[in-house]
Amino acid sequence: MSVYIQLAYLLAAFLFALGLKLMSSPDTARLGNLASACAMLLTVVVTLLHTGVVEYQWILLGVVVGSAIGSLAATRLQLTEMPELVALFNGFGGGASLLVGWEAYHRQPLQDPLSAVTILLAVVIGGVTFSGSLVACGKLREIGWRSFRLSRPLLFPGQQPINFLLLALLCVGGLLYGLDSPESQTLFLVLMASAFLLGIMVVVPIGGADMPVVIALLNSYSGLAACAAGFVILNNILIVAGALVGASGLILTNIMCKAMNRSLANVLFSGFGAVAGKTRKGTGGDPRPISAEDAYFILEAARSVVFVPGYGLAVAQAQHGVMELGELLEDNGCDVRYAVHPVAGRMPGHMNVLLAEANVSYDLLVEMEDVNPTMEAVDVCVVIGANDVVNPAARDDSESPIYGMPIIEVDRARVVIVLKRSMAAGFAGIENPLFYKDNTRMLFGDAKSSLNAVLGEFKRS
Amino acid sequence: MSGDLIFLMFILMLAVFLGLELISKVPSTLHTPLMSGSNAISGIALVGALLAAGAADSTPLSIGLGTAAVALATINVVGGYLVTQRMLAMFKKKRGDRQ
Repeated sequence: MSVYIQLAYLLAAFLFALGLKLMSSPDTARLGNLASACAMLLTVVVTLLHTGVVEYQWILLGVVVGSAIGSLAATRLQLTEMPELVALFNGFGGGASLLVGWEAYHRQPLQDPLSAVTILLAVVIGGVTFSGSLVACGKLREIGWRSFRLSRPLLFPGQQPINFLLLALLCVGGLLYGLDSPESQTLFLVLMASAFLLGIMVVVPIGGADMPVVIALLNSYSGLAACAAGFVILNNILIVAGALVGASGLILTNIMCKAMNRSLANVLFSGFGAVAGKTRKGTGGDPRPISAEDAYFILEAARSVVFVPGYGLAVAQAQHGVMELGELLEDNGCDVRYAVHPVAGRMPGHMNVLLAEANVSYDLLVEMEDVNPTMEAVDVCVVIGANDVVNPAARDDSESPIYGMPIIEVDRARVVIVLKRSMAAGFAGIENPLFYKDNTRMLFGDAKSSLNAVLGEFKRS
Repeated sequence: MSGDLIFLMFILMLAVFLGLELISKVPSTLHTPLMSGSNAISGIALVGALLAAGAADSTPLSIGLGTAAVALATINVVGGYLVTQRMLAMFKKKRGDRQ
């Protein structure tokens, strides 16, 4: 490989790292993304000059098709479809690493053990990422057939043993393959198929609210797959970029797990949503329903309001209503903030993107750790489509399945208004004592229409 | 060959540390753009795909695998960066504008 190509890769590696560094503030993040995109462009152009690249027609075909699909999907789709799209793109990245490994194997089936193992790693990690991301995408799209819903955790007897067997098969088969590097393709194809199956099996039992963890984990895998592909073709830029992505996914996974007070193994293997069906009756008392007019009077008198959005906000598409209400309150002299729980929604940072889409200024968004100490001074907390992330049972009730999970402690505010469709429990069927507290008011109905009703009251006065 | 591998493992180790340091400074507000942006970076497998699809003396299967790899990786790269840019364009401070 010529020294110029290597120097260009060095510059690209610098730009990739710089791009991630600039991501540390919303002010510089766009520049960071641009730096990263430039690094990618530089890498691709330089690679085309590589002496090994002699046939350009197939590359052209792939690039044209890929660019067309990628740019269409990225610009035409609704922003609400973002989680699915990110999962899908992620799967494609893993798929590409798999194909690179497969092609290297096909070109030269007899390899020394180390190269054989790296090829297999690229194929297996790429395969798991590909099939796992497709299933995750299907879950986020709520694909279903008759009464079957892919988004629900799918558990069946023997699931763990099957997963374990698949993993064992991959390890033993991989070892055999590495030691022996057999000429027959059967073992290679069997291992590839097992990787696909493993990806599906790992994601299928995950419940909706655990999706942020899985998405982050798959993100990490796609980076590791690129890394492995880098070892296959002995290319340092693949390894650097892949490692950066792998690290990023790992950190996000860790943050998501901490925010749910659960270990990664617990998320991956327990099928939380299905197991924790033990419902407990609330601490007594009845919920206190209010009308939009009542809500208006409460909010109108408030000096400090905190909105707490959850997945229900995304479902009801109520983010614009929230923003409008927030602006009216601000004009009314009220201090308005938005508190976002790390695992609210279906992917890391989901709520932040929704609120940003509705033009909510990002300096009004506060994190859980910052808002909780100030809760006593908050007049009104408005909970929109969030449930488990504001459930005080996680703090008070050691019997609760979510005990120990950090929550946004809305119940410590003077008044809590909960916008909710009905009294049904959250995704895990966990009773929420918040709804029965003395300072809680329930505003029943679709979040969007409830907000519009409150907005109507504001505008009428 | 194995000397190369060892050298690349050093790079891998240092890059992982660099990644962990850089990413832990990203605020949670930007977690989604971070994810989709780093997702686009994972399309770097495109380099391997280009080398595979552009190699001389390929069998039809090699060409097929290489071309498919180029297409998938390009979707990942182009789509990933565009989506990220679209999302980041929405993150603005708007307070000043309203007055």
